[in-house]
Amino acid sequence: MSRRTVCGPILAGILALIAAGPLDAQTKALAENVPEIPMQAVEGFFKLPAGYYFGEGIGIATNSQGHIYVYHRSGDTRLFEFDGDGNFVRELGQGLYGLEMAHKVRVDDEDNIWVVDEGANMVIKFNPEGRVVMVIGRRPEPTPPGGNTQVPPTDNTGPNHKYLLARPTDVTWDTEGNIFISDGYFNHRVVKYSPDGIYMGQVGSGQSGNAPDQFSTPHTIASDAQGNIYVGDRGNRRVKVYDSNLNLLRMYENVGNPWEICISRGEHQYLFVSNSNPDSNPAASWDITGEVYKMELDGTIIGRFGEAGKEPGQFQTIHGLDCRNPNELYTAEISAWRAQKILLADRPVSQ
Amino acid sequence: MRRVAPFALVAVGIAGATALSAQTRAPEIPFEAVDALGGFPNDVHLGEVAGVARNSRNEIYVYTRTGDPTLSLGTSRYMSHFGSRVFKFDSRGRYEREIGQDIYGAMFAQQVRIDGEDNIWIVDRQSGQVIKFNPQGRIDMVLSRKPEAMGGAVAAPPRGGGAGGRGGGGGGGRGGATMPEGESFNAPTDVVWDSQGNVYVADGLARTRIAKYEPTGRFTTNFGATGTGPGEFANIYGMQIDAQDNLYVADYGNRRIQVINSQNGQFIREITGVGAPMAICITPPPNQVLYVSNSNPPDDLEVGGEIYKVRLDGTMIGRFGTVGKRIGQFGTVNAIDCRSENDLLVAEVGDWRVQRVTLRATE
Repeated sequence: MSRRTVCGPILAGILALIAAGPLDAQTKALAENVPEIPMQAVEGFFKLPAGYYFGEGIGIATNSQGHIYVYHRSGDTRLFEFDGDGNFVRELGQGLYGLEMAHKVRVDDEDNIWVVDEGANMVIKFNPEGRVVMVIGRRPEPTPPGGNTQVPPTDNTGPNHKYLLARPTDVTWDTEGNIFISDGYFNHRVVKYSPDGIYMGQVGSGQSGNAPDQFSTPHTIASDAQGNIYVGDRGNRRVKVYDSNLNLLRMYENVGNPWEICISRGEHQYLFVSNSNPDSNPAASWDITGEVYKMELDGTIIGRFGEAGKEPGQFQTIHGLDCRNPNELYTAEISAWRAQKILLADRPVSQ
Repeated sequence: MRRVAPFALVAVGIAGATALSAQTRAPEIPFEAVDALGGFPNDVHLGEVAGVARNSRNEIYVYTRTGDPTLSLGTSRYMSHFGSRVFKFDSRGRYEREIGQDIYGAMFAQQVRIDGEDNIWIVDRQSGQVIKFNPQGRIDMVLSRKPEAMGGAVAAPPRGGGAGGRGGGGGGGRGGATMPEGESFNAPTDVVWDSQGNVYVADGLARTRIAKYEPTGRFTTNFGATGTGPGEFANIYGMQIDAQDNLYVADYGNRRIQVINSQNGQFIREITGVGAPMAICITPPPNQVLYVSNSNPPDDLEVGGEIYKVRLDGTMIGRFGTVGKRIGQFGTVNAIDCRSENDLLVAEVGDWRVQRVTLRATE
């Protein structure tokens, strides 16, 4: 018996623990000798009016006009809009029934703004004017007076429920306008809806697992111009690529735990994957996590940038990343209660 | 990927859902629909729209689940606040103002109705209250009391004896085998008035009853019980009254509308073939007709959704609409305003909106 076969099961056991356990068990990405891409943060870019504050930076997305939407957990969960110079424009969805616990904001090709809320268990579509035009999922009804608060109905909706979500995480669209939702922390699935919100199918067993068609907290989702769907399978340390019929095409397993992924627009699209540092910030994690990878869509790594830390230009658990322009990124970070604008060089400096 | 044809799913729904397409032979009534409400301030949004009603000037009131339902911490118990709001719109559907800002009992909107004097009555399922506003928007009468605390974190104190009964404890005290007297609503769903001004409240869900009050708010009697027989109900989602003072009760779980004599509570007749009735509305006299929605459950877009128009004797006039999210489709209709027979307002829990539906005249 070779040493490898002895270690194999042990290693598998450790990996299983990592997948199931808290994310502060995150380990180093497998990719090695990845060249650094020069980057620089634009300090003081986001200018908040008096009385306005960011909370946990959870989602960030730009529209075609360069306006920036930041979805964050403040006293209440809030959605702010800034212009391309970082000036505050307005707040959207004030007092909205479905804004409870931010998880993601994305902007579609028509500049509609979609938020994913893991507290209300809803995906909400705003038109560019900021009015709600469609909702998917449903906020749980309150427990009746005298009812048992120990039974959270949202966790018992089941992985096969076609129209209820359970802590959903993200949304994207294919070229036909079909809607893909990563449904997230409880159901470990990706659900496909028609443009009118009719259920069309799903992938994922409903159980957390690492088989090819299983997920362990699908945490982030994005699509390319061909309509392929990229899923950040965070607990399994892999990015999975599906066609728009949810057939698995390939997996990228060397860039750490994908907290957030983003695909840039334009002729030549790039995939960004953030191996964010865990939000509990154990000291050792700063040495091995916190970086973002820039990749070709086929999985070829171009380079990496960033590191864990609280200083401007470092990253404190990236949870939202906008890469409409691959050389001009926006980050939303949980642990530093901030959003940053990042200028990124096109490629690594030649050695 | 596995695709499932919608029609196959209707068959699947037979086992689990009550809202089936019920009356396939009813003729289709042509209609047009538009988003009815607009002109919102930037910080005002509809949520789940539970109720919509017009007054005599065709001004529109909406009772909607919106904002942030909130639990606050007390001594070993939780107090609950917020979650629903009442908005007023002009006759064209333009936003005018809010009434009842931050009131104690607006938590989980269930219905809004407007009486013959243009008073606005809201029904709240979570506070368990029926609240009457005068036409100026000031509170005129309150039925039932909101539990002081919500949730089951603290064991409810023993019931019975003691003033306040249900009110003082951890939200316990509702339920029990005997029908409550007075105003201790369990989960009220609708309110109507007879020609004498007596008030009828459908305490509609779980322990089902219809409670009757004098115009002053003094309790008179209860009708009904939970069950399947005549005069028994399985979740009342809506209630109306005709010009002869007969009650029309949307007996959702039994898939029928029961007609009840409001003076003595006696069963008169039932109307079937309209699915599982949720929203219900009777037009003003003369020539009263009834609209009833076989609403889809809010978590299912593949059953029900159509609205029926029937005569008060139960004969079918026609149907319109299908389930869905597009304008002209319906997502869990919880209220219909039919002050004008062919110009309806339809409030949707599922799609967070009110549609104005113009029907082609049928007779």
